Amino acid sequence: MPRAVTPKAAKPKKNTKRSPKRPNEKVHLQFTVNGELAEVAFLPHHTLLEVLREDMGLTGTKHGCELGECGACTVIVDGKPVLSCLMLALHAEGREIETIEGMADANGVLHPLQEAFAELGAAQCGYCTPGVLLSAKKLLDHTPRPSLIQIKEALAGNICRCTGYIKIYEAVELAAARAAGEKAEPRKESVYGY
Amino acid sequence: MTMATSKPPARKTNSAKRSNVASPAMAAATRSAPFSGQSILRKEDQRLLTGQGQFVDDIRLADTVHMAMLRSPYAHARIVRVDASRARALPGVLDILTGPDVKDALGVIPVLARMPDFKYPPHYFLAVDRVRYAGEPVAAVVAEDPYTARDAVELIDVEYEPLPVVIDAEKAMEKDAPRLHEELQNNVGGTYSVVSGDVLEAFRHADHVVKARIVNQRLAPSAMECRAVLASFQPSDGTLTLWTSTQIPHLLRNFLATTLKIPDNRMRVIAPDVGGGFGSKLNVYPEDALAPFLAMKLRRPVKWAESRRENMRATTHGRAQVQKVEMAFAKDGRIRGMRCRSIFDAGAYFHMFTAVGPTSTANLGSGCYKIPAYSFGVTEVFTNKMSTDAYRGAGRPEAIFLIERMMDIAAKQLGMDAVALRHKNLITPKDLPFTTPAGRVYDSGNYPRDLRSVMKAAGYDKLRRKQAAWRAEGRLMGIGIASYVENCGPGPTSGKPPGGGWESATVRVEPSGRITVLTGTSPHGQGEETTFSQIVADELGVPMDRIAVIHGDTLVVAAGIGTFGSRNTSVGGSAILMSCRKLKEKITAIAAHLLETKPERIVWRAGQLTVKGAPSKSVTIDEVAQAAYRARNLPPGVEPGLEANSFYNPRSLTFPSGAHLCVVEVDRDTGEVKLLDYYAVDDCGRVINPLLVEGQIQGGIAQGIGQALYEELLFDENGQMLTGEFMDYALPHAAHTPPYHCTRSNTPTQANLLGVKGVGESGTIGATPAVVNAVMDALAPFGVLHLDMPLKPEKLWKEMRKAEVRS
Repeated sequence: MPRAVTPKAAKPKKNTKRSPKRPNEKVHLQFTVNGELAEVAFLPHHTLLEVLREDMGLTGTKHGCELGECGACTVIVDGKPVLSCLMLALHAEGREIETIEGMADANGVLHPLQEAFAELGAAQCGYCTPGVLLSAKKLLDHTPRPSLIQIKEALAGNICRCTGYIKIYEAVELAAARAAGEKAEPRKESVYGY
Repeated sequence: MTMATSKPPARKTNSAKRSNVASPAMAAATRSAPFSGQSILRKEDQRLLTGQGQFVDDIRLADTVHMAMLRSPYAHARIVRVDASRARALPGVLDILTGPDVKDALGVIPVLARMPDFKYPPHYFLAVDRVRYAGEPVAAVVAEDPYTARDAVELIDVEYEPLPVVIDAEKAMEKDAPRLHEELQNNVGGTYSVVSGDVLEAFRHADHVVKARIVNQRLAPSAMECRAVLASFQPSDGTLTLWTSTQIPHLLRNFLATTLKIPDNRMRVIAPDVGGGFGSKLNVYPEDALAPFLAMKLRRPVKWAESRRENMRATTHGRAQVQKVEMAFAKDGRIRGMRCRSIFDAGAYFHMFTAVGPTSTANLGSGCYKIPAYSFGVTEVFTNKMSTDAYRGAGRPEAIFLIERMMDIAAKQLGMDAVALRHKNLITPKDLPFTTPAGRVYDSGNYPRDLRSVMKAAGYDKLRRKQAAWRAEGRLMGIGIASYVENCGPGPTSGKPPGGGWESATVRVEPSGRITVLTGTSPHGQGEETTFSQIVADELGVPMDRIAVIHGDTLVVAAGIGTFGSRNTSVGGSAILMSCRKLKEKITAIAAHLLETKPERIVWRAGQLTVKGAPSKSVTIDEVAQAAYRARNLPPGVEPGLEANSFYNPRSLTFPSGAHLCVVEVDRDTGEVKLLDYYAVDDCGRVINPLLVEGQIQGGIAQGIGQALYEELLFDENGQMLTGEFMDYALPHAAHTPPYHCTRSNTPTQANLLGVKGVGESGTIGATPAVVNAVMDALAPFGVLHLDMPLKPEKLWKEMRKAEVRS
């Protein structure tokens, strides 16, 4: 008979979980996604992330932890970046939501941030990228010429495991410069190394 | 803080090798040959930047049902009883599997890295009788929706009888330690050693012996996309399709076909877009077999998407070695010998590459130094944790961290300058080809020059003066250096220990003249759709946009091994080049026939084939393609069609090298480390796409910084993970990254057709010791010789206070 490790571990608790009762009636409500009014039916316990991905098929928004810790699910709600994994879709009623699918214009012309990300190689596996792009977009919408510190602060909630972030900052700076009408090019060092 | 973007260091005029490029933007825009060497924009970005990427969980199939896993809450326990009756009764639940249900049907989880004399205790897809780590799968539930499946998991009643837990690998080796596997005498899975020269003699004649205990902590690879699988069975023809977030679709297909008893030509594995792997998606995981098993049983598609908490607990971890090392030095600082005994915490089972990872440490332990007598043994030990396996570098970062820390520790103890000590012992170009104690042959590299270059780039002497000035003011600045060499591009099929192998490529000219490239590698963020297009565009003289690179689908790509060990371009790219060369011969033969001349007289110029001396007589590749498929006017003996297939088996590993330098400031009051600047010189051989190489280096450095300063998987004495999500497991964030100044050197290698060495892991390998050396240098005034990673503020603060009390 093996000896128990600690008193705590020695007493397996009886599983007292009951069969859960979940509402199975869908709610219907309206919100705007990427400029289009949408009427959506979904189960009331679903998060905005789940409704966007599962009910609306907008799979560009990613789930990286569903704990509000990685930023992959970032969308913009009424002009503010929001972790869609922590927001119930019920709370989206009547609001304006922007997702990665709405970032390029209707003709497929890329947003300056997307263009700059491509030029600098600021995306690698691309999984955190939609969230990063939306956090950066919100930054530029409110702060057209951010400092490096402001960029780092704005992106502090978005984890990227691939890039090491520098190319992301440089891409945001490049997009900001271009939006201000400057004829900015990616610095040679950014593209070829020092 | 210095800003990368505002003040780049003055650039040296080494533009000769890049003189074909006026500006990066132009390089991107003009896209004229040769493409190799240019920073061509990534083809992948069109979909990845617009939310159109297709990752496994983005794929929707009608009638899909959802799987959820019941995982052991105990790190070690006997399973007395499993009662799933309440779970089965939950409406929407379709099936529940436990260990005994699948033990006979599926067998054990396959392992690729089989080492002679190692013990491989059985590792079942679902635990049978006993669980050996917290998070081990005990049951799989399938339900109509993921919520019901997760609810049902909670309704399964399992009676566990907890067993004593062993978490520490060193303690697991003790005589009375709890034993994980009853069939073994103890917890040792195997020992691998490298011995060369007379070590005893070297230590007998040593003027100085420097000893240390170096801990390389357990890490979570933490790809941003957790694992996910989607399995669909087609009863009409018995075909099973599995979409899975993997780095090795072909290996997975081969293993799973055996496990699931499906003919391999009826099993299709697809790795769609994969959100990072770093070695953690290099395995056959239980869910990879359970989802297809259930899909066949239920005749409905089965999907499973891992949660982050599951990913931390039940996706393989990395590193986890404790190294006791001694180095013998002569009076002048020359290394006489090195001996190291490393204990590797393998976790509960040997997974796909678990056993082979630490052998790389033993093989690489001498780094880029001449060490005449060398002995390095790794003992691989089972503990009550998830398996350790490949993580960015897989055994090599552990070797380079060890030797590079030792060079700094030894310099301090010998009263020598750390740079001078390195130069005294570095392998020089004159020593090449150099046979290492492990019998590897370094073919290229210039380690002394790279070290000098990185010091020059950083302005080393000036930095030292600044450090002295700051110290006088009471500020703690540190400068850390690391020289490294590593081995990439696995690798020859004759390699010992095994791992890697060949890679395959098919290059096809379609009837339109467009080109399809099928590669057996499985890129997932590295950008090889672009790199490979560059190689083909240059070789065949066609525009980039006429080339499509297809990967990650075993039905479309005939054969492959996958992506790991920085092998994509060196091995996979060489296979593509081989196919291009074969195709060229056939294209030349057909063109000569069409132009009524001899093949020797055909000249290739930008997709045009002309006759030597008669430039007006020409055909395009498009016309040759039409002729090849119409097949009415082909030279005698030439088959219709225009495609070539190749398997490239590299003749050796490649040996990328370089030197990194990190500048830090430690806050005297808080212990916080600020990274002020980071310099790197990396020799990854020939560069196909500088932009992508730069990205690999920078991303690699960030992960090295993560290990040095922030990341650590911690467990309590019961084997419960204390760092189970990103609030506790600290990944580098945007604010943590220093300005990187990366340059490249290039010494040619003949190890493969392209002369590339691989760059995916170099950054990580160089960064960890460079950062730790810098922090320890900053703490020099406190007399601290070594601290184990991660160098968190709390740890540094305590050391500084302790030192103050002492003085």
